[in-house]
Amino acid sequence: MDKHSPPTPTDVDEHDAGRAKPRHPLQKLYAAFESPGRRRALHLTILAILIVTPWISSQYTTVILTNALLYVVLCLGLNVVVGYAGLLDLGYAAFFAVGAYTVGILTQQFGVNFWAAIPFALMAAALAGVIIGGPTLRLRSDYLAIVTLGFGEIVRFTARNLEITGGASGLSHIPEPSLFGWHIDSSIDFYYVFVVLAVLAYIASQRLFDSRLGRAWLYVRHDEDAAEAMGINRVATKLAAYVTGAIFGAIGGIFFSVNLGAISPESFSFQQSVLILLAVVLGGMGKIPGVILGAFIVVLGPELLRDFGTLRLLIFAVLLLLIMLFRPSGIWPEKRS
Amino acid sequence: MTWYDSFLQQLVDGLVLGSFYALVALGYTMVFGVIKLLNFAHGDLYMTGAFAGFGGLSLVSGFLGAGWLGIFVAMLLAMLAVGCLGVVIERVAYHPMLGAPRLSILITALAVSLVLQNAALALTGGQYTAFSTDLGFGGISLGNLFLSYNQIVLVAAAAVLMIALELFVSKTLYGRAMRAVSIDKDMCRMMGINVSAVIAVTFFIGSGLAAAAGTMAGAYYGSIWYFMGFLIGLKAFTAAVIGGIGSITGAMLGGLILGLLESFGTHIPFIGSEWKDVFTFSILILVLVFKPTGLLGKSEVERM
Repeated sequence: MDKHSPPTPTDVDEHDAGRAKPRHPLQKLYAAFESPGRRRALHLTILAILIVTPWISSQYTTVILTNALLYVVLCLGLNVVVGYAGLLDLGYAAFFAVGAYTVGILTQQFGVNFWAAIPFALMAAALAGVIIGGPTLRLRSDYLAIVTLGFGEIVRFTARNLEITGGASGLSHIPEPSLFGWHIDSSIDFYYVFVVLAVLAYIASQRLFDSRLGRAWLYVRHDEDAAEAMGINRVATKLAAYVTGAIFGAIGGIFFSVNLGAISPESFSFQQSVLILLAVVLGGMGKIPGVILGAFIVVLGPELLRDFGTLRLLIFAVLLLLIMLFRPSGIWPEKRS
Repeated sequence: MTWYDSFLQQLVDGLVLGSFYALVALGYTMVFGVIKLLNFAHGDLYMTGAFAGFGGLSLVSGFLGAGWLGIFVAMLLAMLAVGCLGVVIERVAYHPMLGAPRLSILITALAVSLVLQNAALALTGGQYTAFSTDLGFGGISLGNLFLSYNQIVLVAAAAVLMIALELFVSKTLYGRAMRAVSIDKDMCRMMGINVSAVIAVTFFIGSGLAAAAGTMAGAYYGSIWYFMGFLIGLKAFTAAVIGGIGSITGAMLGGLILGLLESFGTHIPFIGSEWKDVFTFSILILVLVFKPTGLLGKSEVERM
């Protein structure tokens, strides 16, 4: 490779790992949040801001923030696959779609209670994870990317062609859920539902990262063969990452469908998968706060650029390209190596 | 119409479709050969090529007309412009990333694809642009089989381009350097080959072929829009994989096979045309799972 050593999976981490003191101003800022006491204070502050925000902002802002929180859930899920296990998934929207459609079909066409439909949606997503992961996880990385892309498109086209999924126009009038007499229907209600989901996804990601499985993913990501030699079942470990990611995606999809009340195949396009992936990579693969930051940038960025009209997506795309060129391991990179 | 005529008609349709796939697949496979990158922006270069061809045609149609000659000149202009664009993309976006982790390069390619798509979206407002030409609807009737002149010229033009490429790669000095670089870049550098120049030429040719396909598709189907490159990009990649990625003959073969498979596959009972794309991606997955080297590819140990 020109002027560089050959690429290795560890390059991302080595970039930052060997340095005792943070030199870059951004790194200093991040380091300020690393101590446990400050971290707890930060958690509480963020939670307080999240709880108060809908009362002091417009409904429009609440809806956008709800969308950002949905992306937090999806991005943390994809982060398990891409960031933890190092598997490039370009069809992540498929799992999102499986969750949304399973709940949509069961509640709207069969009259199943929303909460009773959730386990079926999760099982369907886990099954989808096994079906796509099982035969393909032995492939080399960029082939895996394309297979997942193909799978994502197959799911979207299938949803468009089947009658039970409502064809190209999708499903509408998906009933809103209620919980112990609380009818979840206003935008603020859904905002709080997504706050809870995002917090749960955050805790689950953190626990997975610290778990035995999390270390197995790290090992497989860095050196598959050495991991296998140490007794880690490579395929089972990767499959676990897939299924975990699928379940996160399905949870996002389940609540996405009842929030909007209508879903169509175009909500689950390749662009959707790319957007989720961009958020993960932009923020910093494997780094939870980075990924959350990425999710917010991807949702809020185009909104903040709204004044630029049709140019805003172009500006956004150019910014992404620049970030990839100047900070290829993300805004807030993961250091564990 | 007997089954035999119907068979021939599908064959012709498949060849036309396959020619587009093959031309786009060539760019994928050439770039993958020299820098082992899946150029996700390649489908968008096809789209850019269609718009460049459209622009070229409006430039030259004043004195050459919008018939075969005008389209041919417009196509050459589009190939030149998009070829240069491909080289610029490689220099600006991919070259600095060659030492970075594989995932980062793939994401960069996705970002380039988004830039091209959104630039076209901003310029056209997302509307279809009519690609109007003076091409007629004439053709030759052979029994019940109808071959339009457009189809014949299109397939012939694609064949000429592919033969020219094959000759370039197998006979010229740069072609030989290109094959060498795809085998071992470091060794090439030691042998005094200007690897950067070879990569630039590869991007120029690959992008130029995509632009040729884009212009021809625009003239043939009569309309172009900013998102036209996405699906054909995926399908051309499928074609490249079927033929064996990295193999130039494989890409041509894969493109034709995929065009024929789609053309015939949609006429199998139970597989309506709305399942065409599912059918294509299923083929992609099956090939990758059971024969990832494709028809003509060489097996390769993964270096990451």
